[in-house]
Amino acid sequence: MIRAAGLTKQYGQFTAVSGVDFHVDRGESFGILGPNGAGKSTTMRMLGATLQRTAGDLSILGHDPTADGPLIRAHLGVVPQEDNLDPELTVAENIYTYGRYFGLPRTHLHERVDELLEFAQLEDKRKAKVNDLSGGMKRRLTIARALVNEPTILLLDEPTTGLDPQARHVLWDRLFRLKETGVTLVITTHYMDEAEQLCDRLVVMDRARIVAEGSPSALIRQYSTKEVVEVRFGADRNADVAAHLDGIGTRHEVLADRILVYTEHGEADLERIVGLGYLPITSLVRRSSLEDVFLHLTGRSLVDE
Amino acid sequence: MSTLAQTSVLGPRWGALHVAEYRIRNMWKWRGAILAFGLGHPILYLASIGLGVGLLVDANSGGVDGVPYLIFLGPALMATAAVQGGGDEATFPTLAGFIWNKLFYSMRATSLTGAQIATGVLISAGARVLFTSTAYWLVLALFGAVGWGTAPGLIAVGMLGGLAWGAVMLAITGFVHHEDGFMALMGRLVVMPMFLFSGTFYPLDAMPLAVRWLGWISPLWHTTELGRWVSYGAPLPAWQILLSIGYLLVLLVVGLAIGRRQFERRLTS
Repeated sequence: MIRAAGLTKQYGQFTAVSGVDFHVDRGESFGILGPNGAGKSTTMRMLGATLQRTAGDLSILGHDPTADGPLIRAHLGVVPQEDNLDPELTVAENIYTYGRYFGLPRTHLHERVDELLEFAQLEDKRKAKVNDLSGGMKRRLTIARALVNEPTILLLDEPTTGLDPQARHVLWDRLFRLKETGVTLVITTHYMDEAEQLCDRLVVMDRARIVAEGSPSALIRQYSTKEVVEVRFGADRNADVAAHLDGIGTRHEVLADRILVYTEHGEADLERIVGLGYLPITSLVRRSSLEDVFLHLTGRSLVDE
Repeated sequence: MSTLAQTSVLGPRWGALHVAEYRIRNMWKWRGAILAFGLGHPILYLASIGLGVGLLVDANSGGVDGVPYLIFLGPALMATAAVQGGGDEATFPTLAGFIWNKLFYSMRATSLTGAQIATGVLISAGARVLFTSTAYWLVLALFGAVGWGTAPGLIAVGMLGGLAWGAVMLAITGFVHHEDGFMALMGRLVVMPMFLFSGTFYPLDAMPLAVRWLGWISPLWHTTELGRWVSYGAPLPAWQILLSIGYLLVLLVVGLAIGRRQFERRLTS
């Protein structure tokens, strides 16, 4: 479906994307995980055939976006980071008008608009103006709009950023359904839980480069331990205590507010820490996540704190 | 997987028309205001300046250019409305599309190209000019300022002037990245002088030679001159008629070409 080799985008002296290689297969749900400014959105715009690459090869649906942009875009659905719905049109008109941009016939579109409103659970908002919708509804409308041309690949740039937890779950549910119908999804996110939920396979991006690739579980197995013990001793004591934890777990990370101990046996190691006489203010034993993978690979957290 | 079927998608060949369709649907929502402005503007101008000032002018000098003042002024007012309408309908959608609501960026994610979006905006500006010119002509005819048979010629002149200025504004606005003050600046430094120095209210010949060139480069002056020629047969030499038509056509073609290129560039960088 998508093949990128040495894909690079430079703006003057600034390199936004630096020689990335990846591929996306049919029906797959592919994620690009990374912090803000990692180059995710720039990569996404190149995949959307609306941004010319500076170097490297890119093939989307078997075509080069530089040569066949309009043809490729006819088979893509794009959900940008910021909703750019038309505030002067109603919910239904937004989908209809978008379909007309693709040159879709009017009669076909009237049916399609009904289907998509149902899919987006916006039937009763059909005649509402965009500005009267909640954030979650706007997102669902943007996704419905992106589906008007029955795309082979749907590109979603940070689909749930800024949504409350409930709205996120509704959106995830809709994306699962799409995946079941065979649509290939490409999703950028800086939420590790979103990547874990939605992606079959993902690449981790940092500072314009891909630093790891694999399924969420494989990445966790490869770059982290099974469990993590989080202990807090207060901001001024964390570093002191960490210096005395050698031999407990396989390694530690000292963050501003807590110590992370990577281990195969969380409960046992927590008891050993307490046994050494260090009684944490709070403690937590949890499974490793993609957040830990990212921390290990880059030494920084995904979401700026 | 080397060839992509166009399946349900008709393809982007008529993209500019789809953009124009959207713009015109949008204007349709404002049809009340557009109609009121389209008819109200000429009625006010004709009643106040055409009849009021005309009474004075005709009493004192027996008209201008060999005809009563109302007849002299009518085609110029129509040209002004057409040129201004074409400019506005190219400028505002472009500012909105790139800056205010960034709609061009969502259009660009479809099979449309930047060039098609530019052409589509100009086509819809043309539709607005057609409407404005027709409304204006109707009011002029009712006031007796133009003959009933002048409709095709005057509306064609209005279209040419409106599209020419629209294309120029399309190209210029395509380069605007921050709106702050752009419209006010254009209004005060370009549109207002153009209106004043285009022989609208009195012949350009009455101006000192030092400022007459402002009229010569103004698309409004060329449109006005052509309008007077069509309306009451103002005595223009053939070369001037051809020059005016040619000048407006050049603005149209060059403006659109620059606009198309700039839209394409801006939407792929």
